[in-house]
Amino acid sequence: MSWIGRSLPRYEDPSLLMGRGTYVADLARNTASVKFVRSPVAAGRIVGMELPDGELVFTAADLVDVKPIRPILHRPDYIAVDQPILARDRVMFCGQALAMVVADDQGLAEDLAEQVFADVEADDAIVNFADALADGAGAVHAHAPGNVLVEGKMRSAGLDDAFAIAAEIVSLELRSGRQSAMPLEGRGGVARYDAVSGRVTLYASVQMPHMLRTGIADTLGMPEADLRVIAPDVGGGFGQKMSLFPEYVALVWLARHLKRDLSWIEDRRENFLASAHSRDQAFSVKGAFSKDGILLGIDADLKSNVGAFSCYPVTCGVEPLMALAELPGPYKVKEYGARSRGVTTNTCMMAPYRGVARPMLTLTMERMMDVAAKRLRLDPVEIRRRNLIDTFPHRSPTGLVYDEGSYQEAMEVAVNTLDVPAFRERQAAARAAGRYLGIGFSVFSERTGYGTPAYAARGMGIVPGYEIVTCAMDPSGSVEVRIGSSPHGQGLKTALAQLIADELGIAPSKIKIISGDTDATPYGWGTFASRSMVIAGGASKLAAGKVAVRLRSIAATMMDAKPEDIELEDDLARVIGTNQSLPIPDVARAAYHQSHRFPDAGPGLQDQAIYDPAGTFSNACHACIVEVDIETGGVVIERFVVAEDAGILINPMIVDGQIHGGVAQGVANALYEELIYDETGNLLTASLADYLPPTIAEMPNIEIEHLVTLSDATITKAKGVGEGGTIGAPAAIINAICDALAPFGVEIFEIPATPQRIRDLIRASERNDHG
Amino acid sequence: MAEKISITLNINARDYAISVEPRRTLADAVRDDCGLTGTHLGCEHGVCGACTVIVDGKPVRSCLMFAVQADGRPIRTVEGLARGDVLHPLQKVFWENHGLQCGFCTPGFLMLAAGALEAKPDMTEAEIRDVLSSNLCRCTGYQNIIKAVSAAAVEMRTCQPSENC
Amino acid sequence: MKPASFDYYRAANRADAIRLLAEYGDDGKILAGGQSLVAAMNFRLARPNVLIDINDAADLDYLRVEDGTLRIGALTRHARFHDPAEPGPLGALLSKVVHHIAHYPIRQRGTFAGSLSHADPASEWCLVATTLGAEMHIASHDGERTCPAAQFFKGTFTTAIETQDLLAEIRLPVLGNGWRSGFHEFSRRAGDFALAMSLVVLKIEDGVITDARIGVGAVSDRALRLETLEAELIGKAPNEKLFAEIAAAAKAQITPSADIHATSAFRSDLIRTVVKRALMQAAA
Repeated sequence: MSWIGRSLPRYEDPSLLMGRGTYVADLARNTASVKFVRSPVAAGRIVGMELPDGELVFTAADLVDVKPIRPILHRPDYIAVDQPILARDRVMFCGQALAMVVADDQGLAEDLAEQVFADVEADDAIVNFADALADGAGAVHAHAPGNVLVEGKMRSAGLDDAFAIAAEIVSLELRSGRQSAMPLEGRGGVARYDAVSGRVTLYASVQMPHMLRTGIADTLGMPEADLRVIAPDVGGGFGQKMSLFPEYVALVWLARHLKRDLSWIEDRRENFLASAHSRDQAFSVKGAFSKDGILLGIDADLKSNVGAFSCYPVTCGVEPLMALAELPGPYKVKEYGARSRGVTTNTCMMAPYRGVARPMLTLTMERMMDVAAKRLRLDPVEIRRRNLIDTFPHRSPTGLVYDEGSYQEAMEVAVNTLDVPAFRERQAAARAAGRYLGIGFSVFSERTGYGTPAYAARGMGIVPGYEIVTCAMDPSGSVEVRIGSSPHGQGLKTALAQLIADELGIAPSKIKIISGDTDATPYGWGTFASRSMVIAGGASKLAAGKVAVRLRSIAATMMDAKPEDIELEDDLARVIGTNQSLPIPDVARAAYHQSHRFPDAGPGLQDQAIYDPAGTFSNACHACIVEVDIETGGVVIERFVVAEDAGILINPMIVDGQIHGGVAQGVANALYEELIYDETGNLLTASLADYLPPTIAEMPNIEIEHLVTLSDATITKAKGVGEGGTIGAPAAIINAICDALAPFGVEIFEIPATPQRIRDLIRASERNDHG
Repeated sequence: MAEKISITLNINARDYAISVEPRRTLADAVRDDCGLTGTHLGCEHGVCGACTVIVDGKPVRSCLMFAVQADGRPIRTVEGLARGDVLHPLQKVFWENHGLQCGFCTPGFLMLAAGALEAKPDMTEAEIRDVLSSNLCRCTGYQNIIKAVSAAAVEMRTCQPSENC
Repeated sequence: MKPASFDYYRAANRADAIRLLAEYGDDGKILAGGQSLVAAMNFRLARPNVLIDINDAADLDYLRVEDGTLRIGALTRHARFHDPAEPGPLGALLSKVVHHIAHYPIRQRGTFAGSLSHADPASEWCLVATTLGAEMHIASHDGERTCPAAQFFKGTFTTAIETQDLLAEIRLPVLGNGWRSGFHEFSRRAGDFALAMSLVVLKIEDGVITDARIGVGAVSDRALRLETLEAELIGKAPNEKLFAEIAAAAKAQITPSADIHATSAFRSDLIRTVVKRALMQAAA
């Protein structure tokens, strides 16, 4: 009986439920506290620093031997920039670390930090695209005078012709506000210094422990072996915890310098000011349509605000280059041209956040479909039917190859679930009564589980992608699996145990997954880009498969059978077609303690495997019904349907949980959350009183329908599912709002669609009607 | 720096004699002085609710109280929910219904729900939703949390005190 | 985000609180529920040198009707209003409004008097006090004085309370039979500060409005009572057209404040909506 496909309760949970989890702040007892002094202004020259005497206060002057963080893309259109660990001569954004202080506890450290004064000659801050790209604009980085740090371009030969013959050209200007991934646990590190070995153990709330070790060691010029990084329980990450941040470098430097145990636990204000932001994109896009609604070509100018620095290791190319490569999404458009720029500003660094470019490019394509449908008098569902990809493998105009999916089918499932004809009747009746209901759809692809080829194609200096997994069954028949991936709360260990259990014929409860410790796991890339189940899962399956081969070989010798006749199931090694069997622990013990009997297999039961797939595309359709209060601009989501195809579901309960959480962050993107800088680059939304994640009261019940397409793109036939919820939801919600407000002719192209923005559009339309 | 004050925090029916500055929040005292790190800090300004504990029978934000204010008062934290290794009904339903992912907000939700359900065992789903809108979760989209708490409400109403309610 | 250092004194009762205020009030602040104060202290936006904790002053924790007024002690917490504080229209009004104040755990600690002392322009209790014409009883070692709501609120976070004063009691007029209330608030999310809100109480006798109060909150530096519009309701039968006109007039009368959550134009639209909806609810 297979363990795959069962909604097994998670092995991670009991300790978390009992308050016995171990998050990084829980490890900070008996350490000195580090506090960073942060710049109050966005741009300027540091003229001087006034420091309290006789205290543990450090500035860039103390860090002369420490290299800056310099992420690399090997592309002619990329300009590398340095991020200093503490600001040296200039400050580049409000919240940048200028100095650090050490005291016995956090309160005292804050007292001390208040005594540090930086004399900064403020310059005009460059905050937004208009500032950065204006003629004669100042330069955020002196060696990048146009403020563009990366610029990708492509243009297919027939693009002009496509626009020349188009019956309808839809031009859109879309804007996404700035957001924070806002894990409930902020960043944080505890550095323990071992006086005997001189080695530092850094506990850190991160998604990429191995990469963090490499980055810190390179920056400090130390051997990696002198640093151990451990990611304990991580309180969510969503991308925000995958980059190398200066604070971690500083913490390890300090621990070595002071030979002390130290902790830095980020507070919420710091998390908003200085961790990493996301989105803040402006897409200017034209679509050429035939009179039948066939999308003939796309011409796009895509801008991503990347903030003051480039994130390590994925660089500030991550948003613009993904937008460039994936804009066409699930549509079979032939001609494509785009320019995609990463624009630097005096704002907090941007880093990946669940979805990366795709929430915005999905919003773009889905708004385009709805606007085109309206102009061409087609049903929004029908225009999608005519354009969605339906033959596989599909090669996009940007060269991406899509494996088998169910784009059309998923949309039909969503359409049927919401019973569109019945809704249209209800909508008409409601309008007559002065209530405005709308329905919206969003179809998208979610590229997941991609290995080194995809990252190499971007020209990344550090090419992530593979995973190495070691699997060992011990003499008692229990299994330890060591992974380079590093979960941040998604239940990966349970799902991997289910996958491995099927390979080895034992219960998942006997499988222990070891992760997040650079001393105990193979080099790996951590968790991001919906990769862990696909890639760590694939490598786990392969590694466990190799151990299974050894088990079968040994069992065959023990039972005088052929290895190919041995099956592993229910904790037994059984000779197929007989009632002859051995308990797997007996075979395991023999493998270690009677190895002389098995010259072919050799001693022990451990093996290693590497998996580095090209990638796979999950797909989904989100559809929702909303009601808009035209007087307040308030939106209530009445129903939300997700028809999702992520291939084989290893643990459906965990998959659904990923979708629920993803949709919540999509709802946040669509309606609620926005980080706002004023024109001087001061962040106005640095608390949870002003930055508004949805609560339970704002969230609809999410109805999920699964489709299962079996694709050979992954060896487990599982596709990634971590980001889809966030990618698809904003477009569905915005389309539904526009459908609700069709009587007013309101079209929304900016998210979050706050009540104020919606009300502004309605008011403008009312004025037009009356004037 | 103000002088430290000696106080006794009674947490989960055990006394912790500690000495704290007046500015020490209850959350910090529970975590750092008493070593009960199941109570988490997510915002320190009373919005996220990760630090919710029960004081005098009521769920409150422990980041918005000073430890000196809780001197001698009964405090309950997530560590006191289970009886040994036997999970409290709320813990059990959160587990069964996948009401947690990263687990960081979970202690706050558990104590919020425990306090509210003890005060009013027959809350309607709308009332439960209103109570649960007090805390933030970033992973689950809340759907399984409401499912779990609704299930716990039924269980806590029907099971006997001796069965760990 | 740890508060700056302070000295801490605990008042055993009302008299003790007044004594401590006389001694330390110039340097310090009362700590009641602390749900706004402690948050501001954690950000170090507030940094009192002294806190005088009144949470042990049991004689300040009361809610009773006496001589036609509901008397609310300085330590009476929001949650006390979850169930009606008195059987008439006032109790119903207060328990309707209290559910809009922050969230459940905040309501377990936060106090009615604390909200009024803090005087956040978006505070629901400040709107209630202004609309119903509450009377504040302020005590200090110099004696006691009363202050009507109209003179109590001076602006954002500013009131008639002096450094050595304790807002000891608030009195709200009990509403007799025939009074009904309507409250409507618009906020971004459940429990958020209002972007605009309105409280309306109407006395309707024989199908005619005989008395009225209209308050609007969260749109200026303090809650507003719209007395000229109240007068226009008197003697008229409640109907949607009348209410729409009153709401439009309310919008025209007020130039609302602006912040990152709402422009003045948006708040202006919201004023019309919340006033109309509060009126409709009161008459329903």
